[in-house]
Amino acid sequence: MDVASLLPGLALAPAGAAAALIVLSRRHPPLRETWSVLAAAAQTAVVAAMVPRVSEGVRLTWEGPELVAGVPLLLRADPLGVLFAALASGLWLLTTVYSIGYVRALDEPRQTRYFACFALCLFATVGLALAGNLLTFFAFFEILTVAAYPLVVHKGTEEAARAGRIYLLYTLTGGTALLGAVVWTSALAGTLEFRPGGILPAATAPAALWGLFALFVVGCGVKAAIVPLHTWLPLAMIAPTPVSALLHAVAVVKAGVFGVVRIVGFVFGPELLGDMGAAGVLAGLALTTILLASLAAAAQDNLKRLLAFSTISQLSYVVLGVALGTQTGFAGGVVHIASHALLKITLFFCAGAIYVTAHVERVSDMAGLGRRMPWTMGAFAAAAFMLAGMPPGAGFVSKWRLIEGAVQGGAWVAVLVLLAGVVLNVAYFTPVIVRAFAGPAAPATAEAPASLLVPLLITAAGGLLLGLVPDGVLPVLPLALEIARSVSGP
Amino acid sequence: MNWPYVAGVLLLMLGLYTMIAQRNLLKKLVGMTIFQTAIILFFLLTSAKRDGRLPIVPPGPVDPTPYMNPLPHALMLTAIVVMVATTGVALALLIRLYAAYGSLEENVIAERVAAETLPPDAPR
Amino acid sequence: MTRAHLPILPVLLTLAGALLVPIVALASRRAAGVVAAGAAIAAAIAALAGVAQVAGGGVLRYAVGGWAAPWGIELVLDPLSAFTSAAIAGVAAVSLASAGPGARAAFEGTTPRFYALALVVVTGLLGITLSGDLFNVFVFLEIAAIASYALVASGAAPALAAGFRYLVLGTVGASFYLLGVGLLYALTGTLNMADLAARVPAVSASPLFAGGVAFIVVGLAIKVALFPLHGWLPDAYTHAPPPVAALLPAVATKAPAYALARTLLYVLRPDELPVTTVLAWAGGAAVVVGGLFALRQTDARRLLAYSSVSQMGYIVLGLGLANSSALTGAYLHILNHAVMKSSLFMAVGALMLSARGPSLGALAQLAPRPLIGACMVVAALSMVGVPPAGGFFSKWYLLQGAIEAGQPVLVAAILLGSLLAAVYMYRLTEAVWLTAGDEGSPPRQREAPPVVLAALLVLALATLGIGLTNEVIVERLLAPAAAAVAR
Repeated sequence: MDVASLLPGLALAPAGAAAALIVLSRRHPPLRETWSVLAAAAQTAVVAAMVPRVSEGVRLTWEGPELVAGVPLLLRADPLGVLFAALASGLWLLTTVYSIGYVRALDEPRQTRYFACFALCLFATVGLALAGNLLTFFAFFEILTVAAYPLVVHKGTEEAARAGRIYLLYTLTGGTALLGAVVWTSALAGTLEFRPGGILPAATAPAALWGLFALFVVGCGVKAAIVPLHTWLPLAMIAPTPVSALLHAVAVVKAGVFGVVRIVGFVFGPELLGDMGAAGVLAGLALTTILLASLAAAAQDNLKRLLAFSTISQLSYVVLGVALGTQTGFAGGVVHIASHALLKITLFFCAGAIYVTAHVERVSDMAGLGRRMPWTMGAFAAAAFMLAGMPPGAGFVSKWRLIEGAVQGGAWVAVLVLLAGVVLNVAYFTPVIVRAFAGPAAPATAEAPASLLVPLLITAAGGLLLGLVPDGVLPVLPLALEIARSVSGP
Repeated sequence: MNWPYVAGVLLLMLGLYTMIAQRNLLKKLVGMTIFQTAIILFFLLTSAKRDGRLPIVPPGPVDPTPYMNPLPHALMLTAIVVMVATTGVALALLIRLYAAYGSLEENVIAERVAAETLPPDAPR
Repeated sequence: MTRAHLPILPVLLTLAGALLVPIVALASRRAAGVVAAGAAIAAAIAALAGVAQVAGGGVLRYAVGGWAAPWGIELVLDPLSAFTSAAIAGVAAVSLASAGPGARAAFEGTTPRFYALALVVVTGLLGITLSGDLFNVFVFLEIAAIASYALVASGAAPALAAGFRYLVLGTVGASFYLLGVGLLYALTGTLNMADLAARVPAVSASPLFAGGVAFIVVGLAIKVALFPLHGWLPDAYTHAPPPVAALLPAVATKAPAYALARTLLYVLRPDELPVTTVLAWAGGAAVVVGGLFALRQTDARRLLAYSSVSQMGYIVLGLGLANSSALTGAYLHILNHAVMKSSLFMAVGALMLSARGPSLGALAQLAPRPLIGACMVVAALSMVGVPPAGGFFSKWYLLQGAIEAGQPVLVAAILLGSLLAAVYMYRLTEAVWLTAGDEGSPPRQREAPPVVLAALLVLALATLGIGLTNEVIVERLLAPAAAAVAR
């Protein structure tokens, strides 16, 4: 049931306005920060307002002017879109509070550009989340690419410039492939609208379908950090931690996986993908990524790089979920978008807090830190284990369903890899936690300041809450199940 | 075999060849002039008729068959003006080129331009 | 009454301006600049009025001197010609209005010469787009060309050789065009476009026809700088003085591209000859080769020159594919590229006022210039094809056209061109953008003269505006134009 509504369009307004306002208030730091917080709060409120109706089955639609002849700017709030939008908006609010504390503590330069680009990124994220057709999605996807670049190179060092160059190279190449895919889809399907179950006619030539699939995988796979398109992500960790936290754990990479979910569920359709055999290819890529990235994470000494590789690995859980071809698996993948977001952001927040307070970046320097920063490291440990899949955390909800989905689909290799993944997950986090809590207390360091500590505790609590009550405030699980059901079709 | 047209084509080829093969810029210019003239000749040939009369007619309806076609001549007047203007600009350029580089040979000028265009980062 | 004269108004206004400038200059050089800008702006307004008049599919014909077609010379205002003339006039107006500081720096004391010649160039270009007669196109082609040879050669010493080469190759191109027109005249007895279009089917089997078409296409291809006939362009645009570079690269190749579209697709329509196929593939090659060459340049102006070769390739590619979507993309790209290129050359010119040289390295050493950098980034995004910048939309239509025509290699060429553009535009903007300063630094002296900044802002906003309103432009102007090809 499509219902015309202003809400989706309204959801874009706060972030867009904030970006402009922040630039205009560049001489008044407190005003800048206020705009950011206000916008984040407003955006969260608007998106939250859409959730109840969307859960009931209504699709709130907002149609803008035509982007190109015949294709309008279309925003349609459906379960998947609203889930991602809510996640991104809520986490933006927390990250903004965290950011304010972080940049003040480190007295970072170029704060106007920082906050403005942040707002622009969230504008793009909520746009692509709520996009109702491929062209709208593509437009916001590319805006996100460009808006995130200044944040990646924020530090202004040669290393940051290099990371930015590689980031752009990868993401723009992906964008080009995606553009080709979108135009091709328009020619093959006659429409660009996302429809549950797919829009491509089953009678399309296999060569065309495989070509299209390849282009889409490259297009979204760069942002989703599927091996071998993942190289930019660890390098992008040079960005300030709140940037890594939100963008590289939530917005940019999640946009990539979100794109994959949209393609699998709403452009191709799981059934078509399965019939082609492409689902198997996708699953294979995901499994490879999960394993390789987990192994790489275990070898990292730099905490943020470790988290980066962990992210690469976890993102492919989502990809795997939608490639399994079972409803449970699909739902598990979608839930993992939320679980990973909440828990990974907690971990990044902790890493940032550790950097700000103790000036420690490397695991090997973290000896005894836990005794000085019990709350921070406690949250870290909790989030880490929940992410690995320990009940009653959010990670358990998603990973259980993933394993269940794999079993249902008879994908025994996937089951094995998923279990191995859990083990590896624990394996790469445990040394960090052990080192932090065992051993003599670190040289005098205080606990993290409240502006950094509170957000990370909230997100950690969120991860726990999601695990305990997956159909609570943000009904992640019911939405995910609904999404899975709708794309599988009768 | 329509010899005038053949002559036109030959002139055209001569002009083109001169433009490409000659190293001296003034000779290239001469080749260009020959080339343009050949085109003008071609146009004029289309207006000619065997035993054609000059197209000066008394007022009133007239049978055009015995007269040559005046339109190409009118068009070619314009083309000649264009050719003259272009040649004028070209000659002015050649004068300045000679003043700047002391030669009108294409390869010599190219060398001197390259030598003069220092690596872009060098202090000027 | 004025409405009937709309087809000739833009041409007359710029011509009048060109004649007035030297006269006014006797009194005051500043006033001459103002007159020039005024004439260009008036012409732009007239051109836009023309667009408003024919939007949706109208046609306005104007018989010069009252001599009726097909014997008299005719000017025609239809959606395509109105669109192209408005694009050229608009960009020229912005460029000339902001040329003051650059012209004073490059033409010290002889700025009226620049303004007069520039107006003559614009007169010629507008004449090409508004002309309804093949020979008239030749005349205006040469008017524009001769003035532009002089403008290009007004730079430093290397510009002389570049200008001479431009002159020779440009004349060859125009002469080929003339020869082709001659052949067609010999065949059909008419020079009027509409009349010729009616007579072509009867003669299209003749080898004279094939010859005429070939000469016209090759001649115009030289003028458009289509690979591999682009040899004159890199040197000419590199060594032209900055105010000339802000104008010529943006508009000089657009009018010949329009002429190519008009003669090939609307007048000659050589269906039995593989002309459009050759053009499509040459365009594709231009896109890739131009992009590859641009990558290797260290001189900012030469980089932009090769980028022009690449971008013109897109337009010719669209013309060659000749289906409705591809043509829409090609026409839209005429506008987009004019705006982007003018903006970029203007920005580089502004930077060169303070930099030690035109190389990327020298530009990088300048103090940060966020406003110029931002405008360059907008133009770069348009060049690469990131929405909502205008360039994305022309690429979209071109891609659609290529897919509809079943040409995967050309699709790949278009996408590869985008990627190459991303790389070389990044190299160009990195230097200016990455050093964009902290707020804490002392108040900068002005980045560039205010008129130049204003012009850059206008062009940046135009880029975004074209992108956001492209659907209107397409529906009202470009779709009717493409439909008239009736393939």
